[in-house]
Amino acid sequence: MKIKELLNSEKGKKRFMLGNEAAVRGVLEAGVSLAATYPGTPSSEIGDILFKVAKDANVYFEFSSNEKVAIEVAASAASTGLRTFSFMKHVGVNVAADSFMTSAYIGVEGSLLVLVADDPSTFSSQNEQDTRHFARQANIPLFEPSNPQEIKDFIHYAYDISDQFNIPVILRTTTRVSHMRGIVETDEYNKNTKTFGEFKDNGLHVPVPEAARVMHNNLVEKISNIRKISNESPLNKIIDNGADVGIIASGGAYNYVADVIKQNNLKINVLKIGFSHPYPEQLVKQFLEQNKEVLVVEEVDPINEIETLAIAGRYNINTIIHGKKDKTLPETFEYTPDIIFDALQKIISFEDNRHTPNEMSSIQLPSRPATLCSGCPHRASYYAAREAINSLNLDIESIHPSDIGCYTLGIAPPYKMANYLMSMGASVGTSCGFSKSTENQPIISFIGDSTFFHAGIPPLINAVHNKNKFTLVILDNRITAMTGGQTNPGIPIDGMGDDAPAISIEALVKSIGINFVKKVNPLDVKEMIEVYKDALNYDGVSVIIAKYPCNLINKQKIRERKYNIVVDNEKCVHCNICVDKLACPSINEIDGKITIDQVCNKCGVCTQVCPTGAISKKE
Amino acid sequence: MAYNIYICGIGGQGIIKTSIVIGETALSKDMNVVMSEIHGMSQRGGVVSTELKIGEDQSPIIQEGGADLILSFEPVEALRALHKSNKDSIIVTNVSPVLPSTINQQDVDYPEIDEVIKELETKVKKVFAIDANEIANNAGHPLSMNMAMLGAATAISTFPLDKEEVIEMMKNHLPPKSIEINLVAFEEGYNSCV
Repeated sequence: MKIKELLNSEKGKKRFMLGNEAAVRGVLEAGVSLAATYPGTPSSEIGDILFKVAKDANVYFEFSSNEKVAIEVAASAASTGLRTFSFMKHVGVNVAADSFMTSAYIGVEGSLLVLVADDPSTFSSQNEQDTRHFARQANIPLFEPSNPQEIKDFIHYAYDISDQFNIPVILRTTTRVSHMRGIVETDEYNKNTKTFGEFKDNGLHVPVPEAARVMHNNLVEKISNIRKISNESPLNKIIDNGADVGIIASGGAYNYVADVIKQNNLKINVLKIGFSHPYPEQLVKQFLEQNKEVLVVEEVDPINEIETLAIAGRYNINTIIHGKKDKTLPETFEYTPDIIFDALQKIISFEDNRHTPNEMSSIQLPSRPATLCSGCPHRASYYAAREAINSLNLDIESIHPSDIGCYTLGIAPPYKMANYLMSMGASVGTSCGFSKSTENQPIISFIGDSTFFHAGIPPLINAVHNKNKFTLVILDNRITAMTGGQTNPGIPIDGMGDDAPAISIEALVKSIGINFVKKVNPLDVKEMIEVYKDALNYDGVSVIIAKYPCNLINKQKIRERKYNIVVDNEKCVHCNICVDKLACPSINEIDGKITIDQVCNKCGVCTQVCPTGAISKKE
Repeated sequence: MAYNIYICGIGGQGIIKTSIVIGETALSKDMNVVMSEIHGMSQRGGVVSTELKIGEDQSPIIQEGGADLILSFEPVEALRALHKSNKDSIIVTNVSPVLPSTINQQDVDYPEIDEVIKELETKVKKVFAIDANEIANNAGHPLSMNMAMLGAATAISTFPLDKEEVIEMMKNHLPPKSIEINLVAFEEGYNSCV
């Protein structure tokens, strides 16, 4: 879908939209004034689109330095009466949680919607945590759309709830819903949104203990009132097929239920849940009374299932409730049509008319793990780090805390430069722990520029104050690369596309009191190795800033490289350093000869690691 | 019921764009269409796949063995997609290989293309093996490979969309200066499968 169409689509027009595109269209239709995020897949495209349309759409948009800041920006702006929006991936909620949790106590005078994209099956994440727990913990209403049309429509509905009850609301998607394309009928879109609100001190914005107690009572009361709406909401509906077996389904998993029922002409009642917190107790009670057996279908954790069990218990209903708890359905990963089919076959009998899938090939297939791109500056940083570590001839393992970004791929051989990973910014904090708990193991940890701004600074302050000894490499590739190339505070452009002050990592690090700070071009292999060696010898916290732009933003410069990388196989002594130690995807050994492929970005690192000059630049 | 198309290959081959053109064409004919795409790490050499369902279905995932058509932009990826096929499926595959970037670090060799095609032929109703890279190069630009594959798909008798309608939609989605080359690639792709 073209950006122009997204902005200008008329009421009633049908569009083929990505879930994330539908989210943008939804908040624009709903008249949002301000949006803030930190990029995270599967929600990243929302920010990419807002970055492009913010000015035309009369919306203020920013890439905040992390999710906590994004929530704070959106919540405070909503307290001035504006309609605001924040969005993030599921683990972003952990970062945002400290403020997000209390935002429900404080409430909003305008309205605040937070879209959280969960990642069942961890396509691009370190865990598959379920945001629906957080909604319960924080007393925040939560909606679960099943497709792009519902993403857009539910946004309108959710904002209305936020408005009516002065409470933040969560729209919870999953990868399959955010990254699904489907037909979306667009509604009216009026670009005349409010730019400014006004903050009024009503005495209820400061949750000191005495006030917090009042606020908590109010919040519980609100949720109780919202539950009445959830019971009668059009987002929660019973599809009565006159059966005595039923399915309660929510989110993306509902789609599989709908298809399996239709394809197999099954007589099953369905309760589709779109407004899942507060859980529609009376509606579920009615559904349980209607059915002898009920299967609860949801991704990832058995949350609706436990709510359903509680309702059955409270009202003494004897309906058998199947789901994850009784192992009818798996407790991990995203669902598929086949998983739902198999689960239903455990409950009712029907014929298996599915096609028999072909068996996989007997031919062994090479795998395609993601690797750092050809010419990626991180590869050069890792090659040099490996060389420096190897030169120490250690009889003990080196420790390499890593962080969240493309560079996590440094885990792979031959570099093996990631052996401890937790979360955004944790490379630095965990280095502090290793520094105090190990004796002779060298510690070199890695963090990207955006991740450093996100959560790397407080632990680095901790490291200096507590007299740690480790080397932190800040891989400054001038972009937030892993999520597709968004700006960050180190880049002189902001979320509106305007010029902005770029924060100097070097000045910032020095200001903390770190005395060993070296800025290096990682493509200079020799210097890079020397700097690593110096850093390893330094008694204290040393920081290396490996600064070179990511290929994503360096295309012009790459085009300007008026030479090719060539191999003189006469000079080649088959040491295979280029293939085995540098392991650039553009270098292959084919029939005993080293070749450079067309994807080569001509970074020239291979010409430096080749000991005989067989690989060289040729004008 | 729906017509299920599984499209696979490597990041950068234009798989998402091709899939969107198919989806948009279906919408323009007032057909229901859903699509799912997996491209988490595609910029870094990984596998990209999309699943398109044209018809009544609501879920964007094709059942195991449920693909009517597999459109593979790379021969080994066609083998990797076999679990989505059944004995009546049709496979259109590009025969130009893309070596995995880590092939030198792996114990497994890249298989012979002839063997790959033979293996595919034992599994499904019909395999169209075309050199889409060569078609694209002859048309004038290697990046027109995806449109050669799209042209090939429209030649398949079961494909639910008309060639001319797909071409119109394709024109809407490409930069004007590249349309001519892409049209040539599309036509050659089509001709290689009739």
